Amino acid sequence: MNEPAWRRLDVRMLAVFSLSEVGAVVVVLFIMLIGSRGDGAWQLIGAVLAPSALVTHGLLRWLTVRYRVGVERIELRSGLLNRQVRSVPRDRVRTVDLTSSPLHRLFGLSVVEIGTGSSTAKDGRLHLNAVATKEGERLRRELLDRSPIAWAKPTALSALPTSVPGTLPGSGPVRESHLVATLRLSWLRFAPLTTAGLVALSAVFGTGFKLADDVGVRLGDLDAVHRVGDRLGAAPLWLAVVALTLGVLVVVALGSMAVYLEGWWGYRLTREPDGTLRLRRGLLTTRSLSIEQRRMRGAEVAESLLLRLFGGARCAAVSTGLDAKATSHGALLPPAPLAEAHRVAAQVLLLGDPADATGAALDQHPPAALRRRLIRTLLPTVIVVASAWWLATTVPQLAPAWPAALLALPLAALLGLDRYRNLGHALRPEYLVIGQGSLIRRRVALQRRGIIGWRLRQSVVQRLAGLVTVDVVTAASAGRYSVVDLSMDAAVHLVNEVNPGLLPTRHPTNLSADLTNDQEGRFAEPTLS
Amino acid sequence: MTAIETSMAPRPPRHRVNPRALRWWTVQAALTSAAALLPQLVALELSDARWLVVTTSVTACLAAAYVLIMPSWRYRVHRWEADEHAVYTLAGWLHLEWRVVPISRIQTIDIERTLLQRLFGLATVTVTTASAAGPVRIVGLDAQEADRLVRRLTAITQADRGDAT
Repeated sequence: MNEPAWRRLDVRMLAVFSLSEVGAVVVVLFIMLIGSRGDGAWQLIGAVLAPSALVTHGLLRWLTVRYRVGVERIELRSGLLNRQVRSVPRDRVRTVDLTSSPLHRLFGLSVVEIGTGSSTAKDGRLHLNAVATKEGERLRRELLDRSPIAWAKPTALSALPTSVPGTLPGSGPVRESHLVATLRLSWLRFAPLTTAGLVALSAVFGTGFKLADDVGVRLGDLDAVHRVGDRLGAAPLWLAVVALTLGVLVVVALGSMAVYLEGWWGYRLTREPDGTLRLRRGLLTTRSLSIEQRRMRGAEVAESLLLRLFGGARCAAVSTGLDAKATSHGALLPPAPLAEAHRVAAQVLLLGDPADATGAALDQHPPAALRRRLIRTLLPTVIVVASAWWLATTVPQLAPAWPAALLALPLAALLGLDRYRNLGHALRPEYLVIGQGSLIRRRVALQRRGIIGWRLRQSVVQRLAGLVTVDVVTAASAGRYSVVDLSMDAAVHLVNEVNPGLLPTRHPTNLSADLTNDQEGRFAEPTLS
Repeated sequence: MTAIETSMAPRPPRHRVNPRALRWWTVQAALTSAAALLPQLVALELSDARWLVVTTSVTACLAAAYVLIMPSWRYRVHRWEADEHAVYTLAGWLHLEWRVVPISRIQTIDIERTLLQRLFGLATVTVTTASAAGPVRIVGLDAQEADRLVRRLTAITQADRGDAT
């Protein structure tokens, strides 16, 4: 076989690598200059040594890392002393992701991450940091192209709605690819309802404080901080609290919008002619994620309580070979209106109607499930309230405050009710739809062909209530999805509807007959031919 | 179980596990109980706090019940069957779990024999799929029967090659 030549990373990675590590070098130099006293020679050596070590490191990487894409396998060689050769069969490649930080973009480079089906994230991924963006695109096309593919049949495509409201930004080669969704600026209103902004802000503040501390600035000593503090101290307490809260809320809201824009600017979800779903997004750091259509096993629409209150939702892919961390848990859409999330979920599953997937009307579970939801939310709350009461009786100062704890009871009841209301499942022609949860309400549509096994679980409490939990086993994402608290009848029915005859059944009245018919004591011959 | 007279339930799998599993489970339970009891007994030797007496006696009662009841209860529950369509198991004692995997979704079939299992001539057959949710296990099979089962299942799954995802 005529194997292609080994390729190197793009030579421009030397510049990117050096520049991206410059921060560390500056810190090292800083410490050396401050820390060592007198002896100028050492400082000079340090000043020369640290940058040259960095450049050498980059140079070594460029010299040692090589890759090649053969007919059968992709191979990656690396290491100078610890030689490493990693080889991945081409047909195992599930995802090819391109990421470019602002620095990479400046030099026209991309980091390529090639993912395989392996669930052990590190072994299953080949990492190329970095190649020319054009080369990255070529790799993506070449590695994911597996025509002919069943889904690309013209009939399947023409049956789908082909236009998406809104305009196509940019003038990329979208002639053959089908646009599923793009960003609308009005969705920005959902940004403050997510925790992303809060997380990012606390990170920024944390680093800021630490940096200020390292440089020797005490924020408490700053004049401006003092003035604000005095102003707040002079005002009545409630006003200070309100002002502070408002201030924090505004900063968090603005911060989360900034995070939303950075992450999702230029968002485009397209279906490519090579049978992949392609997601592009990012303002400063651009990301391109490709998922093979035939690896899609379903989709999930999730609403956190805050998002739900304002009619927002997220949409994620349920797919094999997705590394949850690298793909932000398979997110296909930024937080967006619920209807949009259902529409995108249906579109990526090649369905015209959301009611065939996550948008389906669900069958409710039996009343015993409601009792169980209520007990499970109320019982812990009652215990907490009781201990609050006990605390109030022993510590008299707390006595006036404890009735506030009673408020938790109706809230817990509401939570239980809402959990029950959202609980349910539906069988659609191609998908099994499962609904559950309250604080995060989830709807997941699982491809019926993608179900690779079933489990029925029954605790003692469930047995008494005549309920059972069905675990749907898949090769994708979480591995299993639970249909909680069905009647045994519905559970058996569900399994046998999807996989006819898979689960043998009997009427419960024949239980004793079944047991006595068994060849007890003797090891039974398996009924295999 | 009142309102489900006309309804369906899964038929238990056909085969019980090997009766020697009873003794295996009993030894396992005894070891677990000993592991829970011993530290408390040692502590009781060193001091004679009242609460220690209480916890130790409660542990002893629970351990005794566990060793006496769990193995026979488990033996009544644990069942399995395998044919050309599916591998089907029922396991547990307090908490029941039925697992069923279509033959076409099986990826690997392994035999596992711990030291304790070997003492009783037993083996565990593990059937894995592409899911991260864990395999289907048939525990407490006679070792030779387990070998035969694996050979048959391997033959069947090889005849039925697919991606299994």
